Amino acid sequence: MKLRDNPLVDRSVDPPVGVARLFLAGREATHDAHLAAYGPLPTGGAGQELIAQLELSGLTGRGGAGFPAGRKARAIGGTSSLWAGSPIVIANGAEGEPRSVKDHTLLHNSPHLVIDGLLATAAAVGASRTHIYVPRDLIAGLRKAISERRDARRIVLSEAPDSFISGEASAVVNSIENGVALPTDRTARLTTTGLKGRPTLVHNVETLAHVGLIARFGANWFRSVGSERDPGTRLITLSGHSDRERVVEVPGDIPIVDILRSAGVSTDAVSAALVGGYHGAWIAATHLESRMSTAGLAPHGAQPGAGIIYVLGPRQCGLRATAEIVGYLSRESAGQCGPCRFGLPEMASLLYRLAATGFDKSLRRDLEATTRSVVGRGSCHHPDGTARLVLNALDTFSADVHAHLSGRCLHEARR
Amino acid sequence: MSEALWAFGRVSGIVTLLLFTASVVLGIITRSGRPLPGLPRFSISLLHRNIALTACSFLVLHVGSLMLDSYAKLNVIDAVVPFLGHFKPFWQGLGTVAVDLLIAIVVTSLFRKQFGARTFRTIHWFTYVMWPIALAHSIGNGTNGLSGWFLLIAAGCIVVVIAALFWRTSTRFEESAAARQGGIR
Amino acid sequence: MPTGSERMRLHIDWTRCDGRGLCTELLPDMLARDKWGYPVATKIAPESRSDLVVPVSRIDAARDAVDLCPLLALKLIPIERQS
Repeated sequence: MKLRDNPLVDRSVDPPVGVARLFLAGREATHDAHLAAYGPLPTGGAGQELIAQLELSGLTGRGGAGFPAGRKARAIGGTSSLWAGSPIVIANGAEGEPRSVKDHTLLHNSPHLVIDGLLATAAAVGASRTHIYVPRDLIAGLRKAISERRDARRIVLSEAPDSFISGEASAVVNSIENGVALPTDRTARLTTTGLKGRPTLVHNVETLAHVGLIARFGANWFRSVGSERDPGTRLITLSGHSDRERVVEVPGDIPIVDILRSAGVSTDAVSAALVGGYHGAWIAATHLESRMSTAGLAPHGAQPGAGIIYVLGPRQCGLRATAEIVGYLSRESAGQCGPCRFGLPEMASLLYRLAATGFDKSLRRDLEATTRSVVGRGSCHHPDGTARLVLNALDTFSADVHAHLSGRCLHEARR
Repeated sequence: MSEALWAFGRVSGIVTLLLFTASVVLGIITRSGRPLPGLPRFSISLLHRNIALTACSFLVLHVGSLMLDSYAKLNVIDAVVPFLGHFKPFWQGLGTVAVDLLIAIVVTSLFRKQFGARTFRTIHWFTYVMWPIALAHSIGNGTNGLSGWFLLIAAGCIVVVIAALFWRTSTRFEESAAARQGGIR
Repeated sequence: MPTGSERMRLHIDWTRCDGRGLCTELLPDMLARDKWGYPVATKIAPESRSDLVVPVSRIDAARDAVDLCPLLALKLIPIERQS
């Protein structure tokens, strides 16, 4: 199948070459700087064409779930009916993951790319309402960006609270509709019934930034970096290696070790890396040549997710780090669903005991049992993601588990 | 005939009171989430519902027979608008108030799914208002309201309901409370 | 109203469920109780622990469970045909 370039593009500006795509307009780019770097956003008649280009591009969500962007947009077109109301598109910049700052960086520096993607998507699905859902400190900057352009006047800015769960799709809709950023029980997909009962498309802001570029330069161009199975670029937030996080844009399917090296992190300094986010998985140092893509990480039970890479040094115990993460996740539970509300604190408690070293052989068994019991028993995937992390940690750090149950830690000095 | 209706009106009133007393207690047991020997939780829930509806049936008979009875002079208005009656308007009015509350309670209970859990629950709290009003009505308005044997019955109902209320407000009332009061941060 | 011939799934609204256990009494072959009182699907893969496929023989019991749940946390929903 031949990939067609977008015939509506004004070719006065050349498409970006190479991996650097999302920040070409510079820091805190104004609309003028943005237009100088990327050219104008094509308008009119681009609707269905854009959805086709998205499907061909292979762009997947950059918010965590990695769902194909084209398929999501296509779903809206298929289910809208006269009484369902016209669709709504929401740009999700809540970025609840504590170890992720890439969305914040993107919204702060390249807001117009995100706005372009939002407007292009809205036009493609016939949406009459658009929202940008972001933490409070980004609202002023976005308001300024919106005011710089005539086509963005109708975008509604909504504030996202500072919680882990605030970026969950149904929580986004609940927050905008009812002011409560907690997930809701769903019996139908958001693309069928969402905000105010209308078909709703929730997209991560980075995904929309890529859409803004695909609308200009086409699927072919998007696929020109990365690999066949993981095209395009993604933003990575690297942390744990120093006291400041670092955001880098990398091509699809890049080996994790290359990302580390580009940031000056030596693999000797890394004993394990948490990949994807707090609902992700630990990759042991021996497997850092794995590629940062869905296919590349699948053998490790991990996903690129929100593009987080958090590295642990040789003196840090992976079990202790996991215990702290699970403790955080249990406190961040919405507390609405019994298995999560009671199961996660128990998982955290057992994990802390395991991390503290001790001779209780039943700890591992009890932890696994409780962990497996919460999977799929909640109105959102918070318990599932937490369970995945715990089971993965028990597997990746099985040597540590063994040592801890014998009373010693392989990493930290014994107290 | 009038004598029979009059007698039936009074007896059905007493039966209604006893059934509603049982319903209140069963409602509290239902809320506790605990089974009884030989009665699983869903049976208790059904029993609560069935006894309440039976009480309503006897209430209809109570009000109906008194309407038909020429001595009581109860008309349709009196059944839903309180304090307009001929005979002891205040005490009879209490009965009417109880009926009004009951209509709301029964309708929201039978159509729980349509009204939603929150509305159902809010209105259902008024059973704690309805029951003492019904009791006061029976003592104040009943022909035998102040008779020794009836006061004994009433006292029995009061003791049972107060005991259930004590239990209702205790910390270990809910079956699941014990299991959940543990490791929650 | 759901008809008798469609395949149905029993959907658990966890935001309403308070672990009272009536459903586990009415559908003991499908639901057990965890230590906090909440229903756990038996015999089903974790992916569909919140939406249980109801065998035709258990539809009536499932309807009772939906009806009697004190928190209205259960719903019977027709299973969509995959297109």
